Amino acid sequence: MFKKKGFKGILMLSMVVLLAFAAACGNNTNGGNTGSENTGSTNNAATNAPTNDAVKLSGEIKIDGSSTVFPLTEAAAEEFNKEHKDVRVPVGVSGTGGGFKQFCAGEIAIADASRTIKDEEAAACQTAGIEYTELSVAFDGLSVVVSKDNDFIDHLTVEELNKIFVTGSTVATWKDVRDSFPAEPIVMFSPGADSGTYDYFNEAILEKAGIRNDKAISFSEDDNALVQGVAGSKYGIGYFGFAYFEENQDKLKVVPVEAGKGAITPTYDTIKDGSYAPLSRPLFIYVNKKELERPEVKEFVKYYINNIGTFAGEVGYVSLPDEQYATEAAKIQ
Amino acid sequence: MNIFQDANRKQIANRRKTDWYLHILFVIATSIGVLALCALIVDILVDGIARLQPELFTNFPSRKADGSGMKSALVGTIYMLLIMAPISFIFGVGAAIYLEEYAKKGRLTRIIQLNISTLAGVPSIVYGILGLTLFVRLLSLDRSLIAGALTMTLLVLPIIIVSAQEAIRAVPKSRRDASFALGATKWQTVYRSVMPSALPGVLTGVILAMSRAIGETAPLVMIGALTYVAFLPDGLKDSFTVIPIQVYNWLSKPQLEFKELAASGIIVLLALLLLMNFSAILLRNKYQKNV
Repeated sequence: MFKKKGFKGILMLSMVVLLAFAAACGNNTNGGNTGSENTGSTNNAATNAPTNDAVKLSGEIKIDGSSTVFPLTEAAAEEFNKEHKDVRVPVGVSGTGGGFKQFCAGEIAIADASRTIKDEEAAACQTAGIEYTELSVAFDGLSVVVSKDNDFIDHLTVEELNKIFVTGSTVATWKDVRDSFPAEPIVMFSPGADSGTYDYFNEAILEKAGIRNDKAISFSEDDNALVQGVAGSKYGIGYFGFAYFEENQDKLKVVPVEAGKGAITPTYDTIKDGSYAPLSRPLFIYVNKKELERPEVKEFVKYYINNIGTFAGEVGYVSLPDEQYATEAAKIQ
Repeated sequence: MNIFQDANRKQIANRRKTDWYLHILFVIATSIGVLALCALIVDILVDGIARLQPELFTNFPSRKADGSGMKSALVGTIYMLLIMAPISFIFGVGAAIYLEEYAKKGRLTRIIQLNISTLAGVPSIVYGILGLTLFVRLLSLDRSLIAGALTMTLLVLPIIIVSAQEAIRAVPKSRRDASFALGATKWQTVYRSVMPSALPGVLTGVILAMSRAIGETAPLVMIGALTYVAFLPDGLKDSFTVIPIQVYNWLSKPQLEFKELAASGIIVLLALLLLMNFSAILLRNKYQKNV
């Protein structure tokens, strides 16, 4: 009898806990509703009121897309938040392709992209009736790297890179690349096919022929895994964004790339003035035009363009020339 | 006579030897698991202990490692648990009670049973895809807290059902018979006689399932839990992030300091897991004696 009471007690207790949970959830829902109503009314107030700096901005600006652009957007969002505490700017990293999918479904306001929009993606946006503005925000220098232990490479030409990485390549040892190189097997590392980095390499070096896919090459969506891979194999080669080379200079050696104008090493200067061709690439954000009518979105994008130049170096990218930021800013007036 | 004795002794010695070798083998097999966990914990502690500061819990993530925290991730994980726990408890235990007590043992029940066991082994990313199609798109819940929690509920339901069923099955049939003999209805029997005995086992299963859920990343990445979230969700339809995603984000940054942050994020996650597992053990020990 006594025991039974004890069990009943547990059951009652768990019921109470359950109820508490349910109540908490109920509260959550209510909170959510009132919350969105509030933001809604503030929004309306903000749109109705004449443009005024004193207007307190709120609302949510959803952003998703390239993991390469993420550090830039994160920096912009973080700093913007300091001035406008009530605006929520969540940022995701679904990759450039994944970002555009959501962007053209109208699920997000801004898409981060490490390449320009593809024709089929643009078509998808058009079908969904989504108009957008493309803004370039910074440069990235795609860096070709080898291990620090590699002592025979002083530069590679675009043709040699193509020969190494292109689909159906028969290059198996370094000697196949250039006769003066040792006959040691090449180990290759590349970002995966969903990344904008791969897309850009494919376009600039492989002439859109696609990358080889055999035992000699490993793919990873995680740039740090690529860094580890290249650093750990003496005869390895790989490519990724400049920021990852910069942070791992002690483990890696960057390969100057020759494209007819002498071998150029990627540095802030060669990337910015465009002489590190063809591997310096612009990074973009795509803004949904309809969303841009919301005051908080407009303010955020303006803030982004006006300030990203100062954040770019901080996170390992290269800022655009000042006059280009002015051009970009003019697009959203 | 002597010969037999000697042969016998040799045989015994041989058997003893075999026994001893196997003993060593089993000890090694056990210690590999323990050693792996120890190595992991030591490695993580060395990397992350320095970053285990109050800021880790009070600050939002930042692009600068110093002062970067995981407030939004921690709160996101806890909110998700709070939503998930009651839903999966009600549906999971409900299904288990039906299958064990109400359902007629027939072909249909067997098929359902097989289905549930299979679901328990489905890779978590598949639940992510299901969640994306069902909750995010079809029910247009967007990439929200509720969509994430519901997806996770689907993920843990089979585990809860199976463990709850086992707990219910372990209750002796005589208990039910006694209850029925007193004229109790099915529900009265279940509620007053079966469940009180089975509850510790059921709760243990639920807690263990919850602790699996808080470590899962793949399905949440799929349904779009976000990487940079500098606010706390205050409604079911708000964007959110969870600890494993925050850790993953930190790990993928080029700067070395973020690796330390990731390590301290893992410490928090491990602590949370141990806490939940520990409470499951306590629950079991406390009520097992009484049954």
